[in-house]
This record gives sequence, structure tokens and C-alpha cells, in this order.
Amino acid sequence: MAADMRLPTIRKPVSLSGSAFDRRDLVVPGDIITSDTGFMRGHGTYVDEEKLTASVAGEVQRVDKLICVRPLKTRFNGEVGDVVVGRITEVQQKRWKVETNSRLDSVLLLSSVNLPGGELRRRSAEDELTMREYLQEGDLISAEVQSVFSDGALSLHYPQFEVWKGQGVLVQLSPSLIKRQKTHFHNLPCGASIILGNNGFVWLYPTPEQQEEEAGGFYTSLEVKDILKPEVMEEIVMLTQQKLLEQEG
Amino acid sequence: MAAVQVSEAEKVYILHGIRDDLRVDGRGCEDYRHMEIETDVVSNTDGSAKVTLGHTAVLVGIKAEIGKPRPMVPDEGYLEFFVDCSANATPEFEGRGGEELGTELSNTLYKVFNNKHSVDLKSLCISTGEHCWVLYVDVLLLQCDGNLYDAISVAIKAALFNTKIPRVHISADDEGGKEIELSDDPYDCMRLNVENVPCIVTLCKVGHRHVVDATLQEKACSVASLIISVTHKGTVTCTRKVGGGSLDPESIFEMTEAGKRVGKALHAPLMKLLQQEESLGKKHQKVGFLG
Repeated sequence: MAADMRLPTIRKPVSLSGSAFDRRDLVVPGDIITSDTGFMRGHGTYVDEEKLTASVAGEVQRVDKLICVRPLKTRFNGEVGDVVVGRITEVQQKRWKVETNSRLDSVLLLSSVNLPGGELRRRSAEDELTMREYLQEGDLISAEVQSVFSDGALSLHYPQFEVWKGQGVLVQLSPSLIKRQKTHFHNLPCGASIILGNNGFVWLYPTPEQQEEEAGGFYTSLEVKDILKPEVMEEIVMLTQQKLLEQEG
Repeated sequence: MAAVQVSEAEKVYILHGIRDDLRVDGRGCEDYRHMEIETDVVSNTDGSAKVTLGHTAVLVGIKAEIGKPRPMVPDEGYLEFFVDCSANATPEFEGRGGEELGTELSNTLYKVFNNKHSVDLKSLCISTGEHCWVLYVDVLLLQCDGNLYDAISVAIKAALFNTKIPRVHISADDEGGKEIELSDDPYDCMRLNVENVPCIVTLCKVGHRHVVDATLQEKACSVASLIISVTHKGTVTCTRKVGGGSLDPESIFEMTEAGKRVGKALHAPLMKLLQQEESLGKKHQKVGFLG
């Protein structure tokens, strides 16, 4: 039993070291990126008195003559091939709607899901009727972005919900904190696995014991998982609290 | 109320954690999240406080106005509550979306705070049957991340502690009528005694156990919760059950006992913090909303 109360403290300004301070690729709104008129104006920038100025806080990206600023605090802008973690919000005709921290809900088509009983088979009307048995509202999935629609909504494929029906914790971060990498699925030596979704959703779960490549075999695992001993958990909590205190000063 | 969706497997994970007295964020079942309290944050109120509890943030402002006492109790002032659910907290509150929750919250606050055992209402009386102080308590929800009742009650207690009511002098004028004169000195003010002001403890029944200070995810796993307001002595002043599920008498008893214990432990650090902030004086720089 503990109630930890305190007065709020003013956050210390982040001190950028000498070399970092000179970096021109980190800007805040109103920063002049360049006064050279030879560049093209991209997203997150505007022209003020013939100078190219940033309109968002973030990282400057140059592609040839085009200058964009990629904001740090943003919703997820998906690209084809991104790994995302999302939550089913709606079951519709032949599709599921998935919340993926982007501006619009993403779609997962029934036709891009491997159904039980064989890899490639026609989706029958019965499959359509039993869609809610596979995935229902609130379920979590990880998938890959198949394509981006003209309005920015994402279409997903290759959902891995055999992993997903297991227990675990979802951590929600800013999408700009997750780098695009070769692999987003990691098995940690401590017995936990992690999926780093490009959309800022991170799923932590116990490493499945045997990884069978069996298409469409899934179940909701409701048994008790004890991958971390209470002592280890406590140690982690203590360390985190200490780190947080150090950061806040 | 802002609800989150949680899948069955996640629910099981949370449930098993709570059964082992270890919640997803590392707390035990009777632990509160980290709380930050600051008073005197709104300059045009007589008393104000801002409380953040995890990601829940509430702002309470108290304005004192002279009004007429209620006919049943001519020698007491009274409190008025209004809860505003800002659409900043969740898009669901947009338009009239937050109205229902706001009314529910303010009705509970009436029951908990507006009685002479919680606040010394007699001290709000100016002249019997004619004038009294009316304290308008305005609550603004800035962010919702579960456990609104507890955060609001702590904020109200802090704001009541911070409230400075100007002193008034009653003088009879030539025609025999009474005239109310406000003191010219802005520092000549009356403070309220907040010793008996209760704090609310919300206990959520999750599985076979109960937790205090539930996050939205934990709230989604619970069927029913019990709201208990407890004074510093451990006296229960009000209980209410919210949520659709049912509670058996035995667990109500258990939860009341736990609520008493937790509620009693809540007051001491709160008063200590408020006095500490008071002793820092006017020169202490406020953090406010952007710090």
C-alpha cells in the first residue's frame, strides 16, 4: 500500500552537446532550413520571405531538390512492407477494420488471410459468416502493409494471429521512435518475445515453445504464463524507477 | 466514459497478474500510481489545484460568492459542483458527449462533500438567514486514464486547502439595514479547515481480488467497482457501487475494509505535501501546464 505524492518539477531543458547542436537536420517550427531558392518545398515546410521554413518539429529529409520535414510527434504514415501491430475495431463484409494508430482505420481483407485447412482455397460464404470466430473486436494482430490507398488508409496482409491469441502486454509509443528494420520480430534470451510495430505499437509476449509452421492453426491460450519470477519483476521495476528518477533529476 | 478495447487474452494476463498481486505496471493491488499535485494554478479563482495521476489530469477551481443560505439551514453556507468533461480528454466528450459523465460525477461529489461533517459549513455563514458564502467548485477533466473519482477528490481537497475567502465586516447603516464590507487588504482572508474533508477511494473488483487506482485496461476487466469516501480518521462517509456487475456481501465488506485502510493512508502524505508547498511561499515558481 503506497500513495506516492509530490510537487511537479520543471523539466530540465535538454542540453544538446556541441556537435549535436550544430545539426541542421533537427528543426522546430519557424526554423529556417535554407534560404537557397533552388530547393522544392515538401511536407512540413513553408516559404516565408523566400526562405524555406519548417512548420513542424522533426527531422529534415532531403531527396535531391525536395526538402521535407518528418515530424517527431505524428500518427503513423504507413509504407508498403511495414510491420504493424493493430487492434480489430470492426468486423465488416469480407474485411476487418484495424486500428493501427494511423489517421484512418486500416483494412484486413478476408481474402488475404490464411484460413484453416489448406493454404490456398476459395473463400466460401461460410468463411464470411464465421469471420468473427477468427478475429473479433478487441483482438490484436500483427500484419504487414500490403498497399496504401489514395486516401492514406492501409491495406494489410499476412496477419500472424496464431501468435496473437496468446497473452502479453501492448505498449504504445510514438511511431517516430521505431526504425524500419530488416526484422521486427525478436526472441529475447530471457524468454520473452517482442514485436516492434512500425506504427509504435509494441507487443511483448512469452516466447512460444515450439514454432510450427502450420497454416491457420490458432487458439486463444488462456493458461497461466510465468516467464518472469516475481523477484526478477521487482528488480526490473526498481531499476526502471531509479532510471526515471535519475532522468528527472 | 472513455473505454478501451482489450482482447480476451490480455484480460487473462491482467487477471492473473492481479491474482498474484503484481499488476502490468509493476504495482501491487493497493498501490496508487504516482501523483503530482500543484495548488494555486489559476489566478482568477479563490483556490485551485491541478492533480495528475498517471495520465489522468484534473483541474479544480473554487470561486467564492455571496449568496442566500438555504432555508432549512439558515446558518450554513453551501458548495456547488460542476464537472466539465473537456473534449481534450477524449473525443467522446465532444459536444454533449461528456454531459452524462459530468452529471454523474457532480452528483457523487455533492453526496461526498456537501455536508457539515466534511466541510465546516458554519464558517461559511456571514449573517444568519441572509448571507453566506457559496463555494462554486468547478472540475475540469483534462485527461482520462482511469480512476477519475480519486483524482478529483484529491484535487478538491487540495483546492479547498488553497481557498482564501476574503474577510467581511457587517456594519449597520443609518436606516438600520446591514451593509457588507469586504476587507481592503487582499491578504486578510479566511482559510477553510480541510481536516475532515474525505478522499474517495475507488476499488475495482477484478477476478477474485480488488485493486485501487485501476487503469483503463484494468477497468475493462472489472465488472463492478465500489466508491468509498474516507476521512483521515478512517470514517467512511459515503459508498456507491458503479458498474453493471454484482458484488456479493462478503466482498463488499472486504473492499470497504481495504478502502478504509487505503483512504486513511492517503490523507497524511497529501496534507504534508500541501503544507510543504505552502511553506515554499509565493516566490516558488509554479510549473503550471507547460512545465
